[in-house]
Amino acid sequence: MTLNSKIPEGSVSQKWTNHKFGIKLVNPANKRKYDVIVVGTGLAGGAAAATMAELGYNVKAFSYHESPRRAHSIAAQGGINAAKNYPNDGDSIYRLFYDTVKGGDYRARESNVYRLAEVSNHIIDQCVAQGVPFAREYGGLLDNRSFGGAQVSRTFYARGQTGQQLLLGVYSSLVRQMNTGKVEFFPRHDMLDVVKVDGKARGIITRNLVTGEITSHSAHAVILATGGYGNVFYLSTNAMASNVTASWRAHKQGAYFANPCFTQIHPTCIPVSSDQQSKLTLMSESLRNDGRVWVPKKQGDDRNPKDISEDERDYYLERLYPSFGNLVPRDVASRRAKEMCDKGHGVGPTKLAVYLDFEDVMQRNGKDWVSEKYGNLFDMYKQITGENPYETPMKIYPAVHYTMGGLWVDYNLMSTVPGLHILGEANFSDHGANRLGASALMQGLADGYFIIPYTIGDYLARGGLQDINSSHEAFKTAEKNIQTNLEKMMAIKGTKTVDDIHKELGKIMWEYVGMARNKEGLNKALDLIPQLREEFWSNVSIPGGLNEFNPELEKASRLADFLELGELMARDALNREESCGGHFREEYQTSENEAKRNDNDFAYVAAWEFKGANNKPELHKEDLIFDEVGLTTRSYK
Amino acid sequence: MTWIFTFFQSSIGKKILMATTGILLSLFLATHLLGNLMLFGGAEMFNNYVHSLANMKPVVRFAEVILTLLFLAHIISGIRVTLENKRAKSISYKISPGPETTKLHSRSMAISGSIVFIFLVFHLQTFWYSFQNMHSADADFYDVVINSKVGYNNPLIAGFYILALLLLALHLRHGFQSAFQTFGVGDSRYKSLIETVAVFFWLVIPLGFISIPVYFGFIK
Amino acid sequence: MKITVQAWRQSSPTSAGEFVSYPVDNVSEDMSFFEMMDKLNNNLIRQGKDPISFDHDCREGICGTCGIMINGRAHGPLKGVTSCQLHMRSFKDGETLVVEPWRANSFPVIRDLVVDRSSFDRVMESGGYVSVNTGGVPDANATPILKNDVDLAFDAAACIGCGACVATCKNSSAMLFVGAKVTQYALLPQGQVERKNRVSNMVAQMDIEGFGNCTNTSACEVECPKEISVENIARLNREFLKASF
Ligand SMILES: Cc1cc2nc3c(=O)[nH]c(=O)nc-3n(C[C@H](O)[C@H](O)[C@H](O)COP(=O)(O)OP(=O)(O)OC[C@H]3O[C@@H](n4cnc5c(N)ncnc54)[C@H](O)[C@@H]3O)c2cc1C
Ligand code: HEM
Ligand code: SF4
Ligand code: FES
Repeated sequence: MTLNSKIPEGSVSQKWTNHKFGIKLVNPANKRKYDVIVVGTGLAGGAAAATMAELGYNVKAFSYHESPRRAHSIAAQGGINAAKNYPNDGDSIYRLFYDTVKGGDYRARESNVYRLAEVSNHIIDQCVAQGVPFAREYGGLLDNRSFGGAQVSRTFYARGQTGQQLLLGVYSSLVRQMNTGKVEFFPRHDMLDVVKVDGKARGIITRNLVTGEITSHSAHAVILATGGYGNVFYLSTNAMASNVTASWRAHKQGAYFANPCFTQIHPTCIPVSSDQQSKLTLMSESLRNDGRVWVPKKQGDDRNPKDISEDERDYYLERLYPSFGNLVPRDVASRRAKEMCDKGHGVGPTKLAVYLDFEDVMQRNGKDWVSEKYGNLFDMYKQITGENPYETPMKIYPAVHYTMGGLWVDYNLMSTVPGLHILGEANFSDHGANRLGASALMQGLADGYFIIPYTIGDYLARGGLQDINSSHEAFKTAEKNIQTNLEKMMAIKGTKTVDDIHKELGKIMWEYVGMARNKEGLNKALDLIPQLREEFWSNVSIPGGLNEFNPELEKASRLADFLELGELMARDALNREESCGGHFREEYQTSENEAKRNDNDFAYVAAWEFKGANNKPELHKEDLIFDEVGLTTRSYK
Repeated sequence: MTWIFTFFQSSIGKKILMATTGILLSLFLATHLLGNLMLFGGAEMFNNYVHSLANMKPVVRFAEVILTLLFLAHIISGIRVTLENKRAKSISYKISPGPETTKLHSRSMAISGSIVFIFLVFHLQTFWYSFQNMHSADADFYDVVINSKVGYNNPLIAGFYILALLLLALHLRHGFQSAFQTFGVGDSRYKSLIETVAVFFWLVIPLGFISIPVYFGFIK
Repeated sequence: MKITVQAWRQSSPTSAGEFVSYPVDNVSEDMSFFEMMDKLNNNLIRQGKDPISFDHDCREGICGTCGIMINGRAHGPLKGVTSCQLHMRSFKDGETLVVEPWRANSFPVIRDLVVDRSSFDRVMESGGYVSVNTGGVPDANATPILKNDVDLAFDAAACIGCGACVATCKNSSAMLFVGAKVTQYALLPQGQVERKNRVSNMVAQMDIEGFGNCTNTSACEVECPKEISVENIARLNREFLKASF
C-alpha cells in the first residue's frame, strides 16, 4: 500500500480553507445517526469528544483513568503557543509555522504544521470562553511569555499549571455533554483492541478495570487520542500509566507506526536517586535562563561543589556554544550532559548528574530576585531531593519527556486503517524530529477542537458503512483473542515482577536507544529486547485474578506491548542513518559533534507496517516536500 | 412556596437556619445576662426587675414563644445535621484526624450543644417553672435563685452551672464566627472584625454568666 | 530505614476489610512514599501475596489521582502536598504508618486504598461549566478581566479534585471542592450568565450524592494539597443565598 497523505491542493495558506470547503458534510439531522468512539480523554480526545457531541454525533468516550479530568495532559507546566501576536513583536501564523518546521529539524509535513499554526488562535479564544484562567496583565488583557526555540513571546500560560487548566476546560465541555447524554463516558476502561469489519475500523474491545469484564463497543468510526509512549524507557516524565497499548494494538490491526524512534529528552529533570526510582520529575526549562551548567574538570571529583574553585569547573555549554551558552535547544543540552557524565565528570551519588548553579545570579540580583522568579521550582526541588538549591547547586540530568513518533495519519488525521483516526501525542504529528516547548498542548487541542470534527464528517458522509452492532462475528473473535491472551499472561506465574522486567527494558532502551545511538548499540538492542520479551512470556509473575481490579495485570498487559514497540524503535533508529532533532546517531555528526542531517536520503517519514509477530515490519516512506521552508542546518555556536 | 421548603432542605439551607437561630439565641443570651447581673445589686433590685417583667406578661410570653421556636429549630436542625453527617461517613478511620486539622471546639459542637441542652432543661425546671408559680406581689425571686436548695449558694449547683457555661463558651467559640461563614461573609476583609465581635459573645457573655455562680457559690 | 505499613485490605467493594501489617526493610530516605509502597508490593508479589492497590498517576502532585490517609492525615503529615509528593525522610526510622483509604460514603472503596470518586464528576456534570460550543466565540482579548479577579479565580481553579477535603472532613462535606469550582466561574465574566443555575444545581447534586453538611471546621483547608481557602466556602454560601432569594 502506498501512503497517500491527502494533502490538499493550493498554496500552503489556502490548503485548509480549500479542504474544508471541498469535504463532504453530514447534514445536521443525520449526525445523530452516527456513533463515534473516542478512546482517551486527555486534551486531544476530550476536546474531540465534546465538540463532536455538540455537533450532534453520539459519542462514547473511554479512558483508563477514573475521570476525564485526569490524563497525562494535566502535567504540562509551561504553556501553550498561539500566533496571536498580542505583544506586537512580529509574530504571525507564518512565523509559528516556520519555527515549528525548523524546530522539528525538517521532518514534519508542511501542510499539517501550517494548519496547526492557523487554528492556534482559535484555541486561545475557545479556552478563554470556557473560563480558563490564563495569566493576565494589570490592564486585564492576556499575558504572554517566550519559550525555547522562539524569538517572539507567543506562549499563553496559567501559572505553572497550563496543562491542568486546559484539561479542566476540556473536561468542563465534556461533562456538559455527558449531562445532556450526548457523550457516554466509560471510566476505568482499558481499550485492548480495535475491531475492523470490511477492513474499516468499527469498534473496540475494552476491559473494565474494576470488574475485569471484557466488552465490545461498535461505532461508525473510531478515534484514538491515547497519548505518548515515553514510558517504554520505564523512567520518564510521563505519568505512571501512560502507555502504548492502544496505538500498538491499532498498529497490529494495520495502522502504520511512523518515526517511532523520535523521542524527546528534556535536559532539566531531577536526577535518579535510587534504583527504586519510579518516575522522573521535570523542572521547567526556564531555569536555564539564569542557572549555569557545569561539571568538575577533574574526573570523579566528589568534593562538595562549594570547595571546587572557578578554574576547576567546566562550564561546558558556555565553552562549546559561546553565543547560545546555557540556552541551547533541549536535544543539544541533553546530549552534552550525557557526554560529560559518560566521560566521568558526573556528580552526585550516582555520577549521573550535572550542576545547575544559581550562585552568580544570586550574587548579581540577590536571593529575593531569584526566589521571586523561581521560588516554586526551588521549593519543588527541595521537596523531592531534600537539598536547598539556594545553598548548593541543583543537580540535573536529562530524562525522556515526549514522543514525536506515533501512528501515521493523513491530512484528515486518519490512519492507514479506514475509519481509525489518531489525535494528539499518539499520532506522528506535526513536530517532526523535535518538538518545541508549548506546542504539544496546542497540537492536541487543534486536533480535537478544530480538525477532527470537520474531517470525520468527510469520512462518514462518504458512506459505505455496513449496519452492524457489537454482536458481529468480528467482535466475538476479538474478545476471545483478548481473553486468551490475558489468560496466557496470568498463567505464567514466574518469578519476576512486572516492574523488574520493565526496569530491564528501560535500561536497554536508555542505554542503546536513548539520547545517542549507534549501529552497534542498536543491533545489541535488537538482540536483547526479544530475549527480554521471551523472559516476560515465560517468567513474569502476575498476582490476583482476571475478573477483579488488578493493577499488576494492567501493567503487565502494557509492558507486553512496550516490549514489542521497543524493538520497532530500535529498528527505526537503525534505519535512519542520519542525526536529526531528538534522534542522534553517533556515526553521523560533524567534526564539532553536532547532529548531521541527511536530507538527500532521509527527508521522509518512516512508516512501519506490522507484518505478524515473527516477521520483520515493512518500511513505507512518505517523502517530505518543503515548498515553503528552506532546509538549513541549525547552529547555536 | 416550595422554594422555601427546597431551600431549607438543602445542606446550605439547613446551615443557614442553624446560623440564624444560633445568632438570635446569642443575642437573647446578651439580654438575659443583663438581667441576671442585677443579682449583684441585691435582692430588692433583682426582685423589682422580675416583677417588672411579670407586669408585661403578654410581651414576655410572646418572646418566650419565639425563643422556644428558635431553640426547637436550632436543636432539631442540629440533630438532623449531626445525624446526616454521621451517615455520610459511616466507617470511621482507625486513626481519626485530630488536633492537627481541627480545633476541639469545632469538632464538639453536638456534644457541647447537647450538654447545654440538658442544662437548659434543668435550668428551666428550677427557675423558670418556680417563677411561674410565684404570683404574690412580694414573692422573693432572689431567694430562690441564691438561697434555695437549687440556688447558687449550693456549690454543686454552682459547679454544674459553671461547667455548662464553659461548654456554652466552647459552643460559641466556634458557633459565632461559623455562623458568619455560613451567611457567606468569610472574606479576609471581615474576618478580623467578626472575630473581635465574637470574643464578646463566646468569652465575655459566658464569663458574665459564670461570675454569678462563682460569686454566690464560692466567694460569698 | 525500617518501616511498618499497616494497610487497609479489602478485596472488593462489597467484601469486608481488615488491617494487615507489613514490615519494609532497607527504605532509603530519598524514596518517595509511593516508591516505598512499590517496594513493598514487589516483595509481596515475590512472596505470592496480593499487592496493595492504590491509585496514582503523575506522581508529581498535579493529577489528583492519589490520596491516602496516613496516620490520620489526608495526604500525610506535610502541608500543601499530595501523597505522591511525600518522601520517606518525612518519617522516622522504625515508624508504623497506618494507611487507610479515603473514608466517605460518597467515595465507596473499590479495593484496598482505591476509592470511587465519580460523585465529583456528577456534581461537575450538574453545572461545572460554561455553556459554550466550540467555535463562534469572541476574541480572547475582547473582554479584559481584572488581574486580581483572575488571580482569585485561579486560586480556586487550582483544585485537583483529589477528595482530601471530603476525606478529612468529619462530615464528608464536599463544600471546598464545590466552592472552588463555583468561585472560579463566579469571578469571571464568562461565568455570569449561568451563575445562579450553576450554584443551585451543583449544591443540589452535591446533596444527592450524600456528602455531609459543612460545619466549618476548616479541616479541608488544612489538608488541601493546593491550599484552597475556606473563603471559597463562604462564597459558595453567598452565591447559593443569592441564587435562592
Ligand atoms: C512533565 C511534562 C510537561 C509538559 N509540558 C508541556 C508544556 O508546557 N507545553 C506543551 O505544549 N506540552 C507539554 N508537555 C507535553 C503534553 O503535555 C502532552 O504531549 C499532551 O498533553 C498529550 O495530550 P494527549 O491528549 O495526546 O494525551 P494524554 O493527555 O496522555 O491523554 C491520553 C488519554 O488516553 C487514555 N488512554 C490511553 N491509552 C488508553 C487505552 N488503552 N484505553 C483507554 N484509554 C486510554 C488516557 O486515559 C488519557 O485519557 C509536557 C509533558 C510532560 C511529560
Ligand atoms: C444558648 C444556646 C445556644 C446558642 C447561642 C447556640 C449558638 C449556635 C451558633 C451560633 C451556631 C453556629 C451555626 C453555624 O455554624 O452556621 C450553632 C451551631 C450548632 N448548635 Fe448551637 N447554640 C445553642 C444551643 C444549642 C443546643 C441546645 C444544641 C443542642 C443540640 C446546639 C447544637 C448545635 C449544633 C449541632 C450546631 C451545628 C454545628 C456546627 O455548625 O458547627 N446548640 N449554635
Ligand atoms: S479542594 Fe483541595 S482537597 Fe478538595 S479536592 Fe480540591 S484540591 Fe483536593
Ligand atoms: S499521583 Fe498525581 S497527584 Fe499524586
